[in-house]
Amino acid sequence: MATAVGAFGGADHAASKSGVWSWITTVDHKRIGILYGVTAVTFFLIGGFEALLIRLQLAEAESTLIAAGLFNQLFTMHALTMIFLAIMPLGAAFFNFIVPLQIGARDVAFPRLNALSYWLFLFGALLLNSSFIFGGAPDVGWFAYANLTALEYSPSSAVDFFALGMLVLGVSSLAAALNFIITILNLRAPGMTLMRMPVFTWMTLVVSFLLVFALPILTVGLVQLLFWREFGMPFFSAEAGADPLLWQHIFWLFGHPEVYILILPAMGIVSEILPTYSRKPLFGYSTVVFAGVAIGFMGFAVWAHHMFTVGLGSIALAAFSASTMLIAVPTGIKIFNWIATLWGGSIQFTTAMLFALGFVALFVIGGLSGVMHASPPVDTQQQDTYFVVAHLHYVLFGGSIMGLFGGIYYWFPKMTGRLLSEGWGKLHFWLMFIGMNVTFGPMHLVGIDGMPRRINTYDESMGWELLNQIETVGAFIIALSVAVFLVNFFKSVKSGEPAGDDPWDGRTLEWSISSPPPEYNFARIPVVHSNEPFWDQKHPELKHDAPPVIAGGADGEAEESIHMPNPSYWPIVVGFGTALAAGLVIVNPWLASIGAVIGLLGIYGWVFEPAGPEHH
Amino acid sequence: MTTNTTAHESHLATTTGLDHRKLLMWLFLASECLFFGSLIATFLLYKDASVVGPQPHEILNIPVTSTSTFVLLTSSLAMVLALAAVQRNDVVSARFWIFATAFLGATFLGFQVYEFYEFVIHGLTPKTNVFGASFFTLTGFHGAHVTVGVIWLMSLFFYSFRHGLPAERSLDVELCGLYWHFVDIVWVVIFTVVYLIGSLEPAAT
Repeated sequence: MATAVGAFGGADHAASKSGVWSWITTVDHKRIGILYGVTAVTFFLIGGFEALLIRLQLAEAESTLIAAGLFNQLFTMHALTMIFLAIMPLGAAFFNFIVPLQIGARDVAFPRLNALSYWLFLFGALLLNSSFIFGGAPDVGWFAYANLTALEYSPSSAVDFFALGMLVLGVSSLAAALNFIITILNLRAPGMTLMRMPVFTWMTLVVSFLLVFALPILTVGLVQLLFWREFGMPFFSAEAGADPLLWQHIFWLFGHPEVYILILPAMGIVSEILPTYSRKPLFGYSTVVFAGVAIGFMGFAVWAHHMFTVGLGSIALAAFSASTMLIAVPTGIKIFNWIATLWGGSIQFTTAMLFALGFVALFVIGGLSGVMHASPPVDTQQQDTYFVVAHLHYVLFGGSIMGLFGGIYYWFPKMTGRLLSEGWGKLHFWLMFIGMNVTFGPMHLVGIDGMPRRINTYDESMGWELLNQIETVGAFIIALSVAVFLVNFFKSVKSGEPAGDDPWDGRTLEWSISSPPPEYNFARIPVVHSNEPFWDQKHPELKHDAPPVIAGGADGEAEESIHMPNPSYWPIVVGFGTALAAGLVIVNPWLASIGAVIGLLGIYGWVFEPAGPEHH
Repeated sequence: MTTNTTAHESHLATTTGLDHRKLLMWLFLASECLFFGSLIATFLLYKDASVVGPQPHEILNIPVTSTSTFVLLTSSLAMVLALAAVQRNDVVSARFWIFATAFLGATFLGFQVYEFYEFVIHGLTPKTNVFGASFFTLTGFHGAHVTVGVIWLMSLFFYSFRHGLPAERSLDVELCGLYWHFVDIVWVVIFTVVYLIGSLEPAAT
């Protein structure tokens, strides 16, 4: 933190603690985390609304409620919104807020870059969604296969919005990932070795590495897609000798690691929640960590299982089938470790715990159907049917979303200083758990019966109407559960029960400081002697060796001067300029220079921004 | 792994002992490997797939590109000498070698402009065939990276007149050097894969 430091508590600093301007210029990782979280939940509502429209259309055979073209836009945008604008940024919200607290740091390694990541995410998300106004949203599926994306089959700008929006979002995620790797490697409190890091921090590290290596592959694919459409370079034109399957390989080389980018944060959260409410250490800490790392590595070796039906040849089929089955092993190890953590614990069924248990149960179902289509002959039957839709929603909704909601209930007290209501919370959980199974469970059945994905309607004689109606009812139960969550959220933010510093008898460092934490997090940087430092400090009697004491927390006498980074408005300028340039490319590549100039001016201002008073 | 014992002081030492920015550059370059790797893989898939010519072996000019490759590799030597000069506080030499690095980089770019111009005259544009599309995208992005490097070097060059280049800030030059050497190494791969291997006449067509 040698750069951009200002004396905390200085007069210039006190002026910028509230109001919109303070949020626009903030470089505080906790505030950026809240911005990520609020934005992600907003997009979760939008993506959910799209899902409800899809379910309404499918509730009835031969329904004409929603036109086929709009239906295509809805399922494409539902996927893009949920993956890139809801689940990923909700994970990023926790990375931002929690990871520095868990490792005993005062901020991330690059605070302004962190702010830039958020603004690029926000403006990229707005760019992607603005396509609804400007001539129609992307309607080619979130994977946007060539040749459907060719200019002759997708003449509108929808695919360009997809490619450019994704490029902006990619820059955002890459910057955030680099920032978190360096934060985790370089800003750990004294004594916190890698194998003493909380599992959530570990999973953040693995996800960040996945992003660093997966995103550039997608970037190349998107650049080729744009050059193909805008400049007529024949990257995916079969008549020019190109191989349209290249897009599928590139997309899934990114896309499968992306699946683990979506699930590993939830696995990290669950690995925090289960020990806390079982009042036991995580069973096999190092095994859980190494399983997560193994999933990260193997995630790059399974992409072609998305392409079993394109004619890869038998050797490729066998190899990717084997690697896909193999990746279930570390996942299974985690499941067994979580169950063993519960074994013999004094379990408290709080809302967060219920979500974590729901995660384990539902993720097992989704994981098992995943292993089923690891077998190419089975997959050939299931390809492009609702069975796959059921599978992916059991892992992404039953897995990621359940885990992330668990994280919200678990860390909300730390973020706001107030507890979410347990009564409303349990209602939320049960409605969501039941609604989720009612929605996605029957999809296994219609899928096995051959109902294809991405169709806007079906013939009555297929006999799928009843199950589809049940699914639609389930979707509205989920919507109700989300409404319950929102009520709980707004009530608790305003008048929730005060949480205190450590409402759950937590085990990791974030619970050792006040709720919400002060801007500088730790008055004194703690010294760490184990992977559950705060628990060990509270319960020295449980340790055989000398009781470890972590000097730290927010209450102790503060150090003489704590240097925090100054707020800056350059990140929002650079973020806006970049997204504007990307958006204007669609209108006219020359106009894009306006955005580029704004972005470059922003970078210039950023580089020469006075670093604030330096103290040595 | 070293444990940070000076964390209580206001100037935090890092856990690994490495500067944040240096780690950032290494990670960024790791990410860039996948970026160029994907572009190179696309080229390998497409080099002999074009339905219409010109084909790679008909148009790639190995002697000219060997010369430009030599120029670019020499610039890496200049970069090493620039950093060494900064580290021994010799601002005049540092300035000279930084300028030399940028100059050699710009010369390489001149070769590339000449090459692109020649190719277009001989009927190879990015739209002509899949070889052209993948070739111009790969080498074009590499050229863009060299351009960024030249701008960075020239910024350091002009900066040195106003603020000098003290040894304690040698990291500023070292980061630029890491980037520059990486871009050079990528070119070594491109020269081998695209030019030397790419220009071989395909065995059975």
